[in-house]
Amino acid sequence: MDAAVFIVSAVIVLSGAFGVLLARNPVHAALFLVQSVFGVAVLFLLLDATFLAAVQVIVYAGAIVILFLFVIMLLGVDRAEDLDVEPIAGQRPLAVVIGAGILGTTLSALLVAVGGPTGAPATNAPLGDAGDNAQRLGEALFTDHVFAVELTALLLTVAVVGAVVLVRRLAGPLQPLPVAAAAPETQGEADTPDEGEGA
Amino acid sequence: MDVTVAWYLTLGAVLFTLGAVGLLVRRNPLVMFMCVELMLNAVNLTFVSLGDALGDLGGQVSVFFVLVVAAAEVVVGLGIIVAIMRRRSGATVDDLSVLRG
Repeated sequence: MDAAVFIVSAVIVLSGAFGVLLARNPVHAALFLVQSVFGVAVLFLLLDATFLAAVQVIVYAGAIVILFLFVIMLLGVDRAEDLDVEPIAGQRPLAVVIGAGILGTTLSALLVAVGGPTGAPATNAPLGDAGDNAQRLGEALFTDHVFAVELTALLLTVAVVGAVVLVRRLAGPLQPLPVAAAAPETQGEADTPDEGEGA
Repeated sequence: MDVTVAWYLTLGAVLFTLGAVGLLVRRNPLVMFMCVELMLNAVNLTFVSLGDALGDLGGQVSVFFVLVVAAAEVVVGLGIIVAIMRRRSGATVDDLSVLRG
């Protein structure tokens, strides 16, 4: 039973990942990301991490992907990307080679770790079963890791403030970003289109 | 057939690799961000499965913090993308090689 659930959700996760990799349209890529994230949530359930499974669905599928979709809609960048052209020569073969290297190193490191020198079972924070997972996780977070939890609160506040500062519209028309290949004389005031609404 | 921790670790490694290859191949900054999310998911899966194998709650605690950092990273990253795209519509990452506004 466990093996069947694992295989089905592994297929869902990997096909979603391939979808993100190969989808021409960013909206489709975002929906494939939801598929992959749901598969990982099922695997968390299989590992008795019930709280994290719920958080995975709520935060990833419910917040992060929706944020992606909001940005796609806001910017109107949902045009299909032409995947046939390869802008940098040899980029894709090199990416496949690097990917094979990453797969080899991570696989060997992870599989050696099973029962290896790092395989000493810890005793300070015992893992409960699926029923009291949320309670045990909450106790661990708010006793042993309470300082880190407070720091994440600070981190989230800084992120929100940073996002607001980044997308704030300044007074006056927006200047186009400088192009690397463009000569300095093409960046004059004459050819700057007035894209912003101003103050 | 018993599902051992090695199955989860293999799946995590494959998922991480797919995310990394996507990050290297794709040029749309939004899709590149999604590939980063895939890599974070793979790491989360590895944390939870190793925590399960060792009987330790620390793996799940780490995943909690990874989730928070991922949320903050997405907020800031999408803010940067919005700020860039407003000025240069349809920009890919290859166009953005100058680090000044």
